[in-house]
Parts: sequence; structure tokens; C-alpha cells
Amino acid sequence: MNEAVVSEMPHDASRTQSGTHSGYSYAFLDELTKKSVRRAILKAVAVPGYQVPFGSTELPIARGWGTGGLQVTLSLIGPGDVLKVIDQGSDDSVNAVNIRQLVELTAPGVDTTAATEEATIIQTRHRIPEAPLHADQIMVFQVPLPEPLRVVERRESETRRMHAEADYGRIWVALYEDVVQHGRITRSAGYPVVVNGRHVMTPSPIPKWDVPRLHQAPFLSLFGAGREKRIYAVPPLTDVVPLAFDDYPFAIEDFDGAHCARCGSDDTFLVEVPQPDGSSVMSCSDESWCEARRTERGQS
Amino acid sequence: MSAIATLPTEMVRHDHVASRNAEQIALKVENLEAQYGRGCSACHELTGPEHSTNVCGQCGTVIACADVSFAVRAGRTLGIVGESGSGKTTVLRCLYGDLNPAGGTASLMTYEDGRANLFTASAQVRRRVRNFDMGMVYQHARDGLNLRISAGGNVAERLLAAEWRRVDQIRARAGHLLERMEIPRSRMDTPPSAFSGGMQQRVQIARALANGPAVVLLDEMTSGLDVSVQAGVLDLVLELQRTEGVAMVVVSHDLGVIRLLCERTMVMKNGRVVESGLTDQILEDPRHPYTQLLVSSVNA
Repeated sequence: MNEAVVSEMPHDASRTQSGTHSGYSYAFLDELTKKSVRRAILKAVAVPGYQVPFGSTELPIARGWGTGGLQVTLSLIGPGDVLKVIDQGSDDSVNAVNIRQLVELTAPGVDTTAATEEATIIQTRHRIPEAPLHADQIMVFQVPLPEPLRVVERRESETRRMHAEADYGRIWVALYEDVVQHGRITRSAGYPVVVNGRHVMTPSPIPKWDVPRLHQAPFLSLFGAGREKRIYAVPPLTDVVPLAFDDYPFAIEDFDGAHCARCGSDDTFLVEVPQPDGSSVMSCSDESWCEARRTERGQS
Repeated sequence: MSAIATLPTEMVRHDHVASRNAEQIALKVENLEAQYGRGCSACHELTGPEHSTNVCGQCGTVIACADVSFAVRAGRTLGIVGESGSGKTTVLRCLYGDLNPAGGTASLMTYEDGRANLFTASAQVRRRVRNFDMGMVYQHARDGLNLRISAGGNVAERLLAAEWRRVDQIRARAGHLLERMEIPRSRMDTPPSAFSGGMQQRVQIARALANGPAVVLLDEMTSGLDVSVQAGVLDLVLELQRTEGVAMVVVSHDLGVIRLLCERTMVMKNGRVVESGLTDQILEDPRHPYTQLLVSSVNA
């Protein structure tokens, strides 16, 4: 899909004029900007887990609201692509809807969907869809803080040196101190992982639940941090191993047998939904998945 | 002193290490040179003890050390003495990788069987050698320790960097080393910021020795400590010398420390080695005028 898309990208204004909003380039970004983002993506894929700096451009949404992911999406997308945008598992949040509408307005020939299996590009804020993904789908993650070592080192120059020298003793000490103080590793979202046996990477603040799904995944994962100006990637079939100790192994969230109040699933990532009467129920975080299960159940 | 008497017997089991490696050269340095500044062709001619300066008169470059060569066998200790600014610490910093030397070679028994020059290795390889095979005790504890994380965590950092991955083993090793440094296990999870200067220095030694390094570099480890604490620290180092088979390089301007710890001694002035040989010989029969001055000032 992507080779075709990249070569089809217009360098003339003809495509722009056919767009619904004249005066903007195809997919909003001008061709040189898209080219520079694609170049960063290629480098990121070539060095899995390495944070590639890129010149994050201005967008009609504020930095910190998914501009990194959006630039990656806009640089990849072309006619024939089907885009899904989720925000914490929801297709209908304001942020997800806005991003989808921007693409609809500026990229003719692109369809949008809520159905995971139909999508070719899935831009996400902090979740991986529950439905199994396949090799011709691309996950685009919005990343607020791309630097996994920031918790132990404030200076960017120093964290870059640490990555270059694979000097990861200090992030391990942070986990050790966590175990000493709390008896377990308390880190939940954004759990640090080692990619391809080399770079320590944050998988963006996805829950621990989703982390094992990156390991040897059939799909390409791209991570864009617009405010921090970094792009990184996990290519398909790459080792993604959470940092953990042999005697304190990595474990995903345990919902203690709880199931979704709407679709009844007990094998998905659940979130607590407050009810008007002050109580709360557990519900699937991935709403499109939940919806599909309910439809299935209704038919059967 | 008392330190040796109170050591548990199980810790003397490393005795064989000293005998096994006794004749192997653990660390060999040739023509080490470090400078601050651009340097010019006249730098070497215009600096050194005969000019009583290490600042080049022509270009202002500081020749921090030049033409420094020595070798240390496993289980042996080399002392480096000299006045402030004579380049002692620079030598250690170059060896530990805190500073990039301008020239020279260093080979380590444990790195490529001592055949390769450590200074020309990649930063990643140097970091690995430093993490696995070297230890350093800095003059100021704040340079060598992270004062905010626990004492045990400081020791653990070295173990984690050397790829120890079991918390129980890490805690056992860290606790054992700290106890040996007379820091009770009950204080293991206290940050060193709550410790006295002497205790911090002992945590540094425990940290330096954590992963059984081939070479330990000690920079003015007793300066600033009161005399009784000094004696305790020195006893511990003597004990380690006998039991661990570590090669040590001890920098000090205290001739008493040198006399106690080192078989061989090197005297530096203005960035050059002015005299080297057996410690007794140098202290009893100093040849170079500077050494004579040094020895007579102490004896006076």
C-alpha cells in the first residue's frame, strides 16, 4: 500500500484543486513537509526504538493534542486508505472526531471508519484495538513524552548519550527502587520496553495490557511526538520486551474476573465507568470492539 | 584494624582470585595524553616540570597529562602522588571514560585479552567495559553516587548495568558489600544524602566493587575524612586488595596512604611523570627534586 501511496503523492497543484478545500495541499501538509516526515519514518523503521528528531510543523490543532501522530498519518495517507482514529479506545471523542474530519476535508479519496478490520491506518491515543491486526495495517501512536529515560535524567544531551551507549543502568535502578519500596513494579501506562534488543523505548502511554501485543506484531507501529519533535517505530516482527526482573516478572492488568457490563467480555481491557447513581461499572475500553460483540450477540 | 578482625569468614573465599591472576597485567597504559584546548606544535616543548607549568606559553592549551605510561598487575596497587593540578585525577578520568584522552593507549586484561586499545573503542564498547570490568571511587561522593536513591540502589545500579536481573540476588550482593563496608543492612534502603561523609565514601567503594571489576580506580578517597574514618576505609581497601585480586590505581597527595596501600608509586608534576618505582624506594631515596621536596615536607 505504502509504496504506491508515496509514488502517487502529487507534486503539482492539480490534486489540491480537486480537494474539497482548495488552497491546501493534499492531506493538509505541503509536499516537502510530508517528505521530511517520511524520511524520519524511514530512519525510525531502520533503527527500531530510536527516537528520530524531526521538524514538527504547525497544525490546526495544538501541540500536545496528537500532532505527532497526525503528521505521521498525513504523511502516509493517500487515496484508497481507510483511516480509523481512536482516543483511549473511543472513536467518538472530540479529539478523534476532529482529527478524522481534518483528514476527510483535506484528503479526498480517503475513507474513515470505526471498524478496526477495515482500517489501513489506525491513529491512536493510548490504546491498541482489541481486534487482531494484520500485516497491511499501520498503527500510528500519539506520544506525549517519547523519552523513557526522562524519569531518571532531565538533560536531553545526557539521555541521548545514554541511548547511544546503551547505558541503561539508571532506568533499571528506578525499577529496582520501585520493587524495594512497593514490593512490585508500579509503572502502569507507558511501561518501558527494550526494542530489538537494543533501544529502551516508551510504547506511549498505552496500558500494560497492550504492551505484549507489540512483541513480534505483524503490523508496523509508528510513534509520533509532535511537541517533543520525535518519531520512532517498531517494524513488524520485532522483539519488544518489557523491562522486568526474573523474580518480579512483567504482568498485565488483572481485572479479577470482572467483565464488561455492556457486552459481557472478560478478556478485554476494562475501564471504570461512573454511573448517575454514584456507583460504577466496568466496561470495554475499546468501544468499537464492544459494539461489534453486542451486535454479534444480538444476532445469535 | 578492627575492620579486618570483624569480617565474616565467608568473605575470604575469594583468596584464590589473587593468587590465580597475580602475575597477569590487568591494566597497561602507554603515552597517555590529555589536554584542554586546541593545542599547537610547541605544547610539548613548552610544558612540563622543567618549565614548572602545564600551560603552553604559545597557545594557552593546558596539557593536563602527557607521556604517562604504567602497568598494574592483578591484585597489585599503583599509587599516583603529586601536587594539585599535576594531572593525577585526569589520568583516572581518562581511564574511566569520563574524559577523552588526546592520545595514548590503554589495554585491559579483560577486554580483548589486553590486545586492543580501549581509547579507540566505540563509546558503547567503552561503556560496557566500564560497566562490567571497572570501578571508580571519586574524590567527592556526590560525583560517584546518586544521593537521592537508596544506598542499596547505588550499588545495584552497577549490578543492573552489568545485567544482573534478579532483585533477590542484587539485594543479597548489595547488602553483603555494604555490610562489609560496615554499613548495616538496616540502612541499605536509606539514601546516602542521610549519611556522613565517611559512610558515603564507603558506599562508593561498595559500588565500585559491586560486579567484581578487574580494575578499581580510587581518587583521593580519604581526603576530607577524619583520621579514624580514614583508617577504617584504608583497612577495608587493604582487605579487598588481598581478597578480591583487583588491580587498583590510587591517587592521593597523602604519602601515608600511598605507603600503606601501594607497592609501586608514580610521582607526577605539571602533567608529567617525574619519578616512578617501588614505593619504599621513592619515599626513602627520592631522586627528583620535586619528590625530595614532597618527602621532606612530610617528614619535617
